[in-house]
Amino acid sequence: MRIHESMPPESVQDSLIDVVKLTKKFDDVTAVNEISFSLHQGELFGFLGPNGAGKTTTINMLTGLSRPDSGTIRVAGQDCTENPKAAQHLIGIVPDESNLYPELSGFDNLCFCASLYGLRKNERQERARELLETFGLKEAGGRKFAGYSKGMKRKLTIAAGIIHRPQILFLDEPTTGIDVASARQIRQLIADLHSDGTTIFLTTHYIEEAERLCERIAFIVKGQIVRTDSVKNLLQPLLGRQVMLISVSSVANDLSGKLATAFRNYEFQSISPEQVHIESVEPISLGPLVRFIEEQKIQVKEARRIGPSLEDVFVGVTGIEANVLKKEAEKKGGSA
Amino acid sequence: MKKWVAFWNILLKDMRAYYLKPPNISWGLIFPVAWTGMFFIKSGSGLEQIPALLPGVIAISVLFGTTSMLAVTITFEKKNRSFDRLLLAPISLNLLMLAKTAGAILFGSANAIVPIALALFLTDLSAISWVTVLPAIILIAIVSTFLGLFIAVSVSEVFEAQTFSNFFRFPMIFLCGLFFPIDSLPAVLRPLSYILPLTYGVDILRKAINRTNVMALGLDFFIITCFCAILFFISLRNINRKWIT
Repeated sequence: MRIHESMPPESVQDSLIDVVKLTKKFDDVTAVNEISFSLHQGELFGFLGPNGAGKTTTINMLTGLSRPDSGTIRVAGQDCTENPKAAQHLIGIVPDESNLYPELSGFDNLCFCASLYGLRKNERQERARELLETFGLKEAGGRKFAGYSKGMKRKLTIAAGIIHRPQILFLDEPTTGIDVASARQIRQLIADLHSDGTTIFLTTHYIEEAERLCERIAFIVKGQIVRTDSVKNLLQPLLGRQVMLISVSSVANDLSGKLATAFRNYEFQSISPEQVHIESVEPISLGPLVRFIEEQKIQVKEARRIGPSLEDVFVGVTGIEANVLKKEAEKKGGSA
Repeated sequence: MKKWVAFWNILLKDMRAYYLKPPNISWGLIFPVAWTGMFFIKSGSGLEQIPALLPGVIAISVLFGTTSMLAVTITFEKKNRSFDRLLLAPISLNLLMLAKTAGAILFGSANAIVPIALALFLTDLSAISWVTVLPAIILIAIVSTFLGLFIAVSVSEVFEAQTFSNFFRFPMIFLCGLFFPIDSLPAVLRPLSYILPLTYGVDILRKAINRTNVMALGLDFFIITCFCAILFFISLRNINRKWIT
């Protein structure tokens, strides 16, 4: 696994967050190991990695819920390593679990969260009404948070995170565990916040989500950032490559191995026992491939040419199969 | 100013969400009244004995009023992670914890009004020094609340908070001179009385209500204030150490 030192593409002066060699250990386990990255004003930065990679620990250190063992954190020019309170007024946080107050209504929850940032009564009530409207929760505003659906809880938690109009928003897996429609709506809301100029730090299990929303992405595995770059740069090496996905009707033992022996110009990878991923710099001839598979007494269900995706980059850089992330998200109740 | 907006709203939210709810009222008021009734009936005394019982009743009402909910609510908020929301707010930890405990202090102090009002109705309380009673009630409320905070920070489960609270509360009923003078306790138990903060609060009330105190008033105030400061700073240190890992 190659480890790339993450270098900010622009000058450090432009950075809103600067993290240098941040490390956090829990007993003998190094949860985050000397990671460095920068976030620029107005940027949507993705933090992508499997469970236990160190995503939430990193957010906790950046926001002040956890103390780093070493390294430095600067937010808006202020050293927050020892004094995280220095920049907390600039930050909004949406944790991976909706953690508002079950016994308060949606409206009261938003007003309470606004009061924590010192907003006055009229201002916070006006802002709460505005956000309930924006997030499609106007009708539910008077109901207790405990009675909300998962998607509604997630939306209200995001609304609570931006009630004080933070410069920087930390979103920890915002679409995990909610229905497809709510996830789509939340992605649109994130895109809107970004276009309004909010700097966003997004952690996610969903590679497609990161590809669709983020400008730059860091891949984090076992507490280390293995690659940080813009989505465009990450995809660049794959642009000249041909990619195809073949689905078969029954479980095929070592089909990719047999294909690799027969077709030495192509690269094969089993996505699942019923799916083979094929990559090549040359055009892929489908006919010989299908005939070969059928000679193995396996029926081809579907063959599909696909464009190069961030998933391919992720697999290439981290060595982790992309479906591992999907399964982890599903385990957390995800459907997005 | 912004910090005080946060302080005031944390206090208001806790009062609305927790302290003014029926379960708290039952623990905070009915339970102490029932205990007092039990002692009153057992002693077989007449109404003239009310001033003798009043310091204990006031103290127990404040103790249960403050600790019945604080330890549980903080543990509950920590467990469902809504407490993280407070830790991430741009206010100092000191102010945050003062806001979280202010509701319990107010509610506990208000609990003291109930036995006083009942006693006023039943007997003559003109000899009581209210100037001393009032700060004593507030100090007992503060020290009991900070004890609740200490308990909340020491446990991780809601049921542990309940159990741990009772571990402190029930011995204090017997050891702090609420209903029996400390002098009447077995010699082996007496040192325990002096390491419990409520002993000093009750002694102030005894001085103010029926002049049966055993220590100097100034010493009582000094020691109970020290207990308040120690419990608060130990709790803050534990929060810093255990919750901001």
